[in-house]
Amino acid sequence: MADKKYNAGVKEYRETYWMPEYTPLDTDLLACFKVTPQDGVPREEVAAAVAAESSTGTWTTVWTDLLTDLDHYKGRAYAIEDVPGDDTCFYAFIAYPLDLFEEGSVVNVLTSLVGNVFGFKALRALRLEDIRFPIAYVMTCNGPPQGIQVERDILNKYGRPLLGCTIKPKLGLSAKNYGRACYEGLRGGLDFTKDDENVNSQPFMRWRHRFDFVMEAIHKAEAETGERKGHYLNVTAPTSDEMMKRAEYAKEIGAPIIMHDYLTGGLSANTQLAQWCQENGMLLHIHRAMHAVLDRNPHHGIHFRVLTKILRLSGGDHLHSGTVVGKLEGDREATLGWIDIMRDSYIKEDRSRGIFFDQDWGAMPGVMPVASGGIHVWHMPALVNIFGDDSCLQFGGGTLGHPWGNAAGAAANRVAVEACVEARNQGRELEKEGKDILASAAKHSPELKMAMETWKEIKFEFDTVDKLDVAHK
Amino acid sequence: MSDMQDYKSSLSDVSSRKFETFSYLPELTADQIRKQIQYIVGKGWNPGIEHTEPVNAMSNFWYMWKLPMFGETDVDAILAEVEACHKAHPANHVRLLGFDNFAQSAGASMVIYRGKSV
Repeated sequence: MADKKYNAGVKEYRETYWMPEYTPLDTDLLACFKVTPQDGVPREEVAAAVAAESSTGTWTTVWTDLLTDLDHYKGRAYAIEDVPGDDTCFYAFIAYPLDLFEEGSVVNVLTSLVGNVFGFKALRALRLEDIRFPIAYVMTCNGPPQGIQVERDILNKYGRPLLGCTIKPKLGLSAKNYGRACYEGLRGGLDFTKDDENVNSQPFMRWRHRFDFVMEAIHKAEAETGERKGHYLNVTAPTSDEMMKRAEYAKEIGAPIIMHDYLTGGLSANTQLAQWCQENGMLLHIHRAMHAVLDRNPHHGIHFRVLTKILRLSGGDHLHSGTVVGKLEGDREATLGWIDIMRDSYIKEDRSRGIFFDQDWGAMPGVMPVASGGIHVWHMPALVNIFGDDSCLQFGGGTLGHPWGNAAGAAANRVAVEACVEARNQGRELEKEGKDILASAAKHSPELKMAMETWKEIKFEFDTVDKLDVAHK
Repeated sequence: MSDMQDYKSSLSDVSSRKFETFSYLPELTADQIRKQIQYIVGKGWNPGIEHTEPVNAMSNFWYMWKLPMFGETDVDAILAEVEACHKAHPANHVRLLGFDNFAQSAGASMVIYRGKSV
């Protein structure tokens, strides 16, 4: 259109980017931000500024704006809502046209949505609460390498949650001692053992030795128990070339599953690894180290439900989800919300679980949530009830800390999880009858009896820092 | 150390071999088995029976006993097929599955008769 003239200078953002009359398109990428403005700045102006700074805008008009159709490319702030129970901030809803983003690149989406705008001076704080990825965008992403159903078939595990254990101490063991700890856990009845997130290739245990000893542990435990086993070999590395080298070696020695720290390792590396896993038939376990830096502050950062969606698009078969009941932060309803986001194919808006948008994943496989962190056998009934079968329950200290060692600790957890599933299938209420169910299973398992005595009084009852926004807060 | 218990499991002891879900519990009683079948039926899953010689237990493909019982909801009828499979192959492991056609996966799987492991 030749009807616009170039006028240099600063316009208010809301003249261009505040569009309350706009109806978002099915192909738009939608975002909900929790905005805490500086005093005295009108909400519409701040919301429009967020839309501008996370899409096409800058602080002043430039002549090159007129060489394109900015009305097509701009982000649109289309709604504002109060935050229940908190007057210092509000929700701003922004719609972005799909062609602002490179296909299949969560890196590009995040660089726009949580880029410069988070340092914007007119804001005291900003939090990305949720993103609706249109199905048109979802279909450009690779997603989980295998998904839950394929994992069950590869490992022959049906009708129950999987059981894992993170090897401790997390740092300092030699490769052979480390392999010993894995072997003991696996022969006792675990499906998986796991490298901790910061186990990479330190001087005391280089990666190749670890991989070799751990594979021997898997093979022997499989022969001994007649069950299939795995160990999450952490291939996180200083460079993506090195990461791929470790992944290739894991495949060469027959490991079924490898692991990556998707936030510290980076999303480009993660997407690359996930695509490689899909092509090479490998399962990929994802650890979320650094997430709490981003997601724990209720007013600033990125909510974990967004990090969950990002991972499902970037690719991973497992993702740590929190436990609700263990030592790490995690509001129950919010956790149930992002567990659905990991596993289901269609998730409806549900503010009681902190979900702001309908999300359609189409045919993209689901990610298995991993409950890990300060859980022990007494938590089993609640964990089975909260997470259901399509989950991986991971007891680190709760396996290795058993007075008789890892094999006994593993057996205790295996007996407990099977007893809970058996009782649940009979229609019994796990969280009410958990104590009876475990006590009766312990009659046949001295390992479980001992575990129950050891961890009887251990609870983690602290208030949650990041709660859902509700009026009575 | 005297009250510490050794974990009894080895390559040479065939009682160390397990059978996935519920194999760390004592063998299910007749009543417990009925309840698990009821669960499979209640979920709308299709019951199926498979068996194998213990030496081939690690294979993905056990022998199907007839076809999965599509649409069968009678617990007694399902139980009778499990019995019939066991009678025909007394030395084999016999497992009962609940096929979830929406998930394209087994929602339940349990070994009902344990043959002599190797």
